[in-house]
Order: sequence, then structure tokens, then C-alpha cells
Amino acid sequence: MTTTTPTLPAGAQATGKTSTAAGRVRKRLNSRTATLASIVIAVLWTIPTFGLLVSSFRPENQIKTTGWWTFFGDPQFTLENYQEVLFGRSSSSGQLASYFINSLAITIPSVLFPLAFASLAAYALAWINFRGRDWVYIAIFALQIVPLQMALVPLLKFFSTGVSLGGVPLMPAWDLVDEQKFAQVWFAHTCFALPFAVFLLHNFISQLPKDLMEAARVDGATHPKIFRTIVLPLITPAIAAFGIFQFLWVWNDLLVALIFAGGGNETAPLTVRLAEMAGSRGNEWQRLTAGAFVSIVVPLVVFLSLQRYFVRGLLAGSVKG
Amino acid sequence: MEFDFAAEQPKLLMLMYGLIAFVVVVGGLLLLLDAVPSWFARRREAQLVAASASGAPLPRHRKPQEGMFAFFFLLPAVLLLLVGLVVPAIRTTLLSFMDGGSRNWVGLRNYTWMFSDDSIVRVLINTLIWVLLVPLVATAFGLIYSVLVDKARFESVAKSLIFMPMAISFVGAAIIWKFVYAYRGDGQEQIGLLNQIVVSLGGEPRQWLLDSPLNTLLLIVIMVWIQAGFAMVVLSAAIKAIPADIVEAARLDGVSPWQMFWQITMPSIRPALVVVVVTLSIATLKVFDIVRTGTNGNYDTSVIANEMYNQAFRYGENGQGSALAVFLFVLVIPLVIYQIRNLRQQREG
Repeated sequence: MTTTTPTLPAGAQATGKTSTAAGRVRKRLNSRTATLASIVIAVLWTIPTFGLLVSSFRPENQIKTTGWWTFFGDPQFTLENYQEVLFGRSSSSGQLASYFINSLAITIPSVLFPLAFASLAAYALAWINFRGRDWVYIAIFALQIVPLQMALVPLLKFFSTGVSLGGVPLMPAWDLVDEQKFAQVWFAHTCFALPFAVFLLHNFISQLPKDLMEAARVDGATHPKIFRTIVLPLITPAIAAFGIFQFLWVWNDLLVALIFAGGGNETAPLTVRLAEMAGSRGNEWQRLTAGAFVSIVVPLVVFLSLQRYFVRGLLAGSVKG
Repeated sequence: MEFDFAAEQPKLLMLMYGLIAFVVVVGGLLLLLDAVPSWFARRREAQLVAASASGAPLPRHRKPQEGMFAFFFLLPAVLLLLVGLVVPAIRTTLLSFMDGGSRNWVGLRNYTWMFSDDSIVRVLINTLIWVLLVPLVATAFGLIYSVLVDKARFESVAKSLIFMPMAISFVGAAIIWKFVYAYRGDGQEQIGLLNQIVVSLGGEPRQWLLDSPLNTLLLIVIMVWIQAGFAMVVLSAAIKAIPADIVEAARLDGVSPWQMFWQITMPSIRPALVVVVVTLSIATLKVFDIVRTGTNGNYDTSVIANEMYNQAFRYGENGQGSALAVFLFVLVIPLVIYQIRNLRQQREG
């Protein structure tokens, strides 16, 4: 009795073991193909950027005559491409340092203005009671669908000739020259960003606890005070999310800059200059590779360091709606 | 060979003016809003004092100035939206019925031109190819990848690799891929990865971006490369949100991974899938930078947004450019309506 009783559980255990073992083998095979497939995709996605990065550090004659993969057999390293493309004075060299400053000068205000105006508007739409509130919100929400192409021609005309109604001038032309044209770009980017910004920030602000707001109201806090002392600190993640969005969007934008900033090195951002170089000097790879990286570095650093907020904003904006 | 920092100073000065303007406008608005209610409060106090002194009935307590606050909070945003978006959009619609110099009304001529001019019909077909392919392929890659790396050891690193192209500008991405497609004449050593692969497999090197319709497909690859990361992030979050007990129950029932994917994962993430596909479709309809940097719209690769730019800002054909913009708008509308309806169902369900 005592010798037979353990056989049953032992047998059961054995079969159980073989099934889990088989399961494990199958699972391991599956996970191995899964790993392999994911590595293939990851390599496919990374290698174009990697090739460009490697090339940007190779001497000009090497880039133009041999593939970047030969670098590992015959490594020759130089920073001359970056030196040339950033600081070179000849008109063909890129002068990207100058355009880099333009990109910064365009981007910073173009992030701050919509952020401030949109959070004010979103607060009003979420927590101030007034007639027609829902309609204003729906109207701003609906404006998200207007492609910015719909606004380009008249907005450019607005800057260049001003506004007049039936021959009566209501507003003069802006008449901006050189670096003053930054203001046009800030204005355009701010307008185009507002619908999405209001929508995203409203999502966050309207979800703040109602009790908190009512308690503050009962204590006699005015709306500006509540906005400054309670709402702003609580929505920092949302502000960060939109800030990153807008930063990447403006820094990487080509169309708006092309139209409102002009093409010279007084105002045009990196994207405009690079697109131009890719067209007119499409085979000057020593400049294009280094130049592309100059433009990529800043958004990449911002993106990698603040990825968490970016993903949160992405999910809030697209899935939760 | 020296960089002139002095020449850059006016720009930094302008940037400073911009920042000062920001502080003045936003700070001023908040200060104003702080000052006005306390002024109202003082006035009301004075009224109360006066009323009680003269023995007159107390003035009725009015609600705080909610409307006024709302007005000032909304003023900058609404004003900018009206000046920068609403009025221009209406004007563009009107311009689309006028001639190139915006002087005479031409009725529907710009629209008939759009559908009869061979090169523009080609542009419309290209846009259609883009909108059909990019959302589907990018979503497919994003979905497959997020399933493959789900709960894997290096999941976050693996995801960052796919996600990184989202931080790169379309211009930068186009340059990266132009380098992959680079061509060197027969007999020379190839410097582009694609041609190198073709050559090492015994083929002839090609000028990839010159041959239609292959060049359009190669430009589409760039967009897929950028957008797959977006699809992956959203879908991965949806996959992780599937309740664990459902997955566990299915596992106990001995469901194979394949069945699990089709019967559990897919139905659960359907709403997220729809959102991704529609969002990508809208983004793809407006694609401009990739085509402009890649081929400048030559060799039969142009799309609506690129052609709109050419007509309005290079050829001075405001009417035709506006008509293309309006058509783009019309294409976007049903997608957005579908998106909103879908989101609403998702909230109620």
C-alpha cells in the first residue's frame, strides 16, 4: 500500500512534467522565433540611421567612394564634416550653426505661447460656468480638422498686406524684415497649435477633482488664483506632454517655416536649409550626413530624456480622446 | 573659415523680445484678472456700506463675474484662432473659386482643372496610394512588433529603437533614406545600402528615386518607418490593458498563441487599431516634407500637399492651390467624423 500510493501522484507528476516540458520547448521555440523576428525588425529600423551616423564621421573621399559598412574594416575617423557644415563660411558649406540658432529662436516662443494661451482657455472651458461654454469647446475641438494648408495663403497675405475691409484699412501690413520675420512664424505656429493644445489640456484639467475646485471657491479664491496656485502645478505632466509635442513639431516643421520664415540664413530653420541642400547638393554626402545629425540631435535628446511624458500625452490625445 | 557670432546677435535679441512679449502678455493678463475682481469687491463693499448707512434695502447679491473671467481667459486663444485659422480657412474657400491672381470669379474651373489635368490626376492617384498603404503597413508593423516584444526582457529598449524615428524630422528621415537609396554608376563601388544589396545578389544598381511608380513606394517606406513607432506605442498600451484574467483563462483552456492573438488580442484592441489607422490616414493625407525633400515632387511622385505648395507659392496660382487645399480638407472630414463617433462609442461602451 505504502509503495503503490505514491505511484499515482508520481505518474501524474511525470505526465504533468512531460507536458510542461513539451510546452516549454514549444514555448521556447516560439519565443525564439519571436525574438528573432523582433531583432530583424529592430535592425531594419535602426540601420539607416546608424549608416548615416557612421558616414558623418568619415572623410569626404571615403564617403563618396566606398560604402559606410567598409568603415569597420578600415576605420578612419574625422570631425571635419561637422566643422565644415556648422562653421564653414563658403555659401555651399551649409553654415548650419547660423540655422541652428534660427531653429532655436523659432521654436522656444512657438512652444511657450500656445502653451500659455491654451491652458488659460482650457481652464475656462472646464471650470468657469458661462453661457455657450459647450459651443465654444466644440468649435475649438472641431478646428482640429482644418488642415493648416487651408490657412497658408490668406495668412501670408495678412502679414504682407494687412487687413482692409472695403478699402478701409483696419490693420497695417507687418512689413517685417530679416530676423523680425521670426514673429510671423511664432504667430503661425501658435495659431495652428491651439486647437490640439486646448483639447489635450482640457482633457487633463477637466479631470481634476471637483471637490478641490469647489473648496477653493468656497475659500474665496478667484479663478486666476485657482489657475495659478492649484491647476498649473497639478497639470505639469500635461504641460510637459504638450510641450514636447509642440517642440518636436516646430523644430521638425518644414512647411510653415518655408512659407513664413523665408529661405535666408537670417530666419530659416535647419529643416529648410537641409531640404534645400538635399535638393541642390544631393551628392555632397559629407555635408548632408553631418547636417542631418546636427538637426536630429536636439529633438533626440529632448525625446529620449522626456519619453515618459511624450508617450503619456500621445495616449491621452489619441486613445482616451 | 571662422564663424561670425556677432552676426547672430540680432536673432538672439529678437528671441529675447519674443520672450519679453510672452511675459508681458501672459503676466499682464493674469495681473489684470487679479486686479479687476478686487476692484469689484471693493466697489460692492462700498455699496453695502452706503446702503446700510442710508437704511436703503441692500443691493441684491450678484453672482461673481464668471462671464468676465471666461471672456479674458478665452480671449487670446479665440482671437488667434479667428485671425489665424477660421478667417483664413473661409478666405481660402472663397479663393478656390477665383483665378490665380484672386481677381475674378471663375466658378468651378479650378476644380474641373484638378480632375482633368493629367499631372494633377497623377497627384491624386499618388495621394490615394499613400493613404491606402501607409496606415495599413505602419499599423501592421507596429502591431506585430508590440506583440513580439510584449513582456520580453529588453522591452523598453526594443521599443525605443522603433520609436526613435518619431523624434527625427521628416526632412532628416528623407535624407537618411536617400542615403540608403544612393546610386553610383555601374562598375563603381556602391555607397547606398540598397544598391549594395542588389549588386551583391548579382543585380544591376538602379537610380531608385527616378522610376515611377517604384519611387512613390520607396518614399512611402520612409513614412512607414517614421509612423510605425506611433502605432506600436498606442497598440502596445492597448495590449497591456487587456484584463489579465481573460488571458489567463484562455491560457488554461489550452489556447494556442495564434488563437490567442486572433480571438483575444485582436478583438480587445480593435478600438485602438481604428484610432491608429485613422490618425495615420489623416497624417498621410497631409504629407509634404518627405516628398519635397526626397524628389521635390518630380518623376511622378507629387502628392496633394506638395502640389498645393507649388501652385500657391511657386507658380502664384492661388486659385488652383486653394482648390487643392479645400479638396484636402474635404478628404479629411469623413475620417475625423468617423474618429469622433468611434471615440464616443468607446466611452459609452
